[in-house]
Amino acid sequence: MDEHRALKVTPDRYLTYRYAGASGDFNPIHLDDEFARSVGLPGRILHGLWTMAQVARAQTEAAGDPLALESLEVQFRGVGLPEAEITITSEPGEDGTRTCHAEQNGKKIVKGGRAKLRS
Amino acid sequence: MSHSVTYAVGREKVREYAYAVGESDPRCLDPEAARAAGFADVVAPPMFAAVYCSGAIGPAILDPEVGIDFARMVHGAQAFTWHEPVVAGDEIATEAAHEDTSERGGLKFFVFTTRSVNQRGELVCEGRWTNIVR
Repeated sequence: MDEHRALKVTPDRYLTYRYAGASGDFNPIHLDDEFARSVGLPGRILHGLWTMAQVARAQTEAAGDPLALESLEVQFRGVGLPEAEITITSEPGEDGTRTCHAEQNGKKIVKGGRAKLRS
Repeated sequence: MSHSVTYAVGREKVREYAYAVGESDPRCLDPEAARAAGFADVVAPPMFAAVYCSGAIGPAILDPEVGIDFARMVHGAQAFTWHEPVVAGDEIATEAAHEDTSERGGLKFFVFTTRSVNQRGELVCEGRWTNIVR
C-alpha cells in the first residue's frame, strides 16, 4: 500500500440529486440553488456525508476491501460544491491510523480525518 | 431522551447507495460476487451507516428538548466505528441519543451518539455526530 496517496473525484452536476435519493437526505441546500443562496451559500452544496464516503472509499479501495475500515472520523469545513474536482489525500498517522483530508478549489472541505483499518 | 428506529436493508437500496458514492466493489453490487465472498447478499459500504441511522438521528436532532436553532446549524464532525458487516436482508435497529452540549468560542456544539445492532443483536456500528450552531 502506498504511504502517501490521493483519490480524485469530480461530483457531476446531478450528483446531489442521486445522493439525496440514495440517502434520503432531501435538505434543499443540496438540491435548490436559489434556496441555498437565500441562506447565504454559494449555491447547492454537497452532502457532507457523501464527501465523507469519498474519504472512506479512498481507504477501502487502497485496501481492496469495502469492509477494511474499522473506524473513520472527520471534521467538516467550508462547503463542497458540484462540478469541481475533490482530492482526498491520506498518509500514515499515529498508532497505525491514517490521517486524511479532502480539498476542493484549494480549500479543505474535510480536515482532521483519521482512519483505522482492520489489521 | 433516546430515539430508536429499525431499518430493513434492501438489495437495491445498497446498490443505489453504492452507485451514488462511486463504490464499484462487486461485493456491494453483485449478489453472486457477495455470495462467493461468503456473504448472504450484497454488502453495504461502510458509510451506508448514514442511511440506516438517519431515521433515528433525525428525530434526536429535531427534539425540541435539545433546542437546536436549525437555520444556524452545520454538520461539524462525524465519527463511525464499524463492527459486524451489514448485508441486504439485515434489519438494523439504531438508537440515537443526545450526549452533550458545550460552548466554545461563541459556537455551540451538540453531540449525539448512535448505536446500531442487527437482527441477531450483534453490534454493527457506533456513531458520533457533532452539529455546530453558529
